[in-house]
Amino acid sequence: MTALGAIIRRDIRIALRVGGGALIGVLFFLTVVVLMPFAVGPDLALLKRLGPAILWLGALLASLLTLDRLFTADAEDGSLDLIVMSRTPLELTCAAKALAHWLAAGLPLIVATPVLGLLLNLDGSASLAVMATLLAGTPALTFTGMIGAALAVTLRRGGLLLAVLVLPLSIPVLIFGVSASQAAIVGPVSFGTPFSILCAISLLSLVIGPFAAAASLRQGLD
Amino acid sequence: MKLTELANPTRFLTLAGRLLPWLAAATALALAAGLTQAMLAPDDYQQGATVKIMFVHVPNAWLAMAVWGVMSIAALGTLVWRHPLADVAAKTAAPIGAAFTFLALVTGSLWGRPMWGTYWEWDARLTSMLVLFLMYLGLIALWRAVEDPSRAARAAAVLTLVGAINLPIIKFSVDWWNTLHQPASVVRMGGSTLDKAFLIPLLVTAIGFSLLFLTLHLAAMRNEILRRRVRSLQMLQASRAEAA
Repeated sequence: MTALGAIIRRDIRIALRVGGGALIGVLFFLTVVVLMPFAVGPDLALLKRLGPAILWLGALLASLLTLDRLFTADAEDGSLDLIVMSRTPLELTCAAKALAHWLAAGLPLIVATPVLGLLLNLDGSASLAVMATLLAGTPALTFTGMIGAALAVTLRRGGLLLAVLVLPLSIPVLIFGVSASQAAIVGPVSFGTPFSILCAISLLSLVIGPFAAAASLRQGLD
Repeated sequence: MKLTELANPTRFLTLAGRLLPWLAAATALALAAGLTQAMLAPDDYQQGATVKIMFVHVPNAWLAMAVWGVMSIAALGTLVWRHPLADVAAKTAAPIGAAFTFLALVTGSLWGRPMWGTYWEWDARLTSMLVLFLMYLGLIALWRAVEDPSRAARAAAVLTLVGAINLPIIKFSVDWWNTLHQPASVVRMGGSTLDKAFLIPLLVTAIGFSLLFLTLHLAAMRNEILRRRVRSLQMLQASRAEAA
């Protein structure tokens, strides 16, 4: 436990310092949301209708942007080799790293959501709905994205490939995240149904992600 | 055990070489018979002659998914049994599967234009096929990104299995999302409600295209094995030149 705690503490500390990239994700999120009115026009009614979708897309792209840092920094300075060789099971280490990444880079996105919701003319309850779905869905993005990050870490210019590999895996999360927030705002259907499926996808990826990532790290570094 | 005997690449090469002409002939026969029957099949009372697209479209769509299944089995062979030919099978299946998916999308699009009045509709089935195509392309990109074949194989095997888990989720979620966001506007014929006049040619073309996949896959596997031999010979030569 202490080893995992140390890894989580270390990763969060690195991510929050200059050049760590955690807060760059929030900045990117803000930029995506600001670009949208330029693209679709400043029609407040339209922005309100597209709001949840725009916020979800922005959060997805921002988390993809920061995923690249999950293993590359450790691979560059050699600590990844030590992590793979250590007595702590690699699956647990991967899970701890992903958890730290989510705390440092995922949570800020959720905190920023209501502020960005104001820009998109979302009222309080709608912003809350999007926040709740992001809270339930972003762990799935991090833990499935970790598979791509682990695959890409051993390649040259893996970052480019990471987007191609991870985006198809995040489609179900996006679908249920947006449909749950739409359901809460306008929807004929209840909020609970898509929201539970979103939670289920997150739990599933919590199980699959660390194992797949650990497998590809072991393959890649021998 | 057949599989362990086939694990010897040399033995596989001779066997595949012996099988290939027969498979190619069977493919040509089945496709010729199926497509002839398809052209002779009656026009549909609603769709007219465009129903003939089905005989190419449906087998392609079916194989697009079946090839991912083949790759998943091969991925298990790579990760679990370390079967030397499994990664060759997985690597060579990916471009063929991507081609089938692409053809299914294109033929479906051409069929959709006269029937639904649009080349593209964000319908559940279409969308999940498009995602399958993207996943094929990502997998091919991963295969090409790693130089060492056996390391590429293991990385690709992980992605193949994750994709295999993801595919049903996508299929199901897109279905669901569609019922949420738009009324089902597309009427599709169920396989079981198909008339015999259509069903038999469809089955024959499906067999033909499956044989086509087998033929192409075996030929591609032979090429890949030979390519690897050339690669190892080149490396041997390079190391000898260094030593000299």
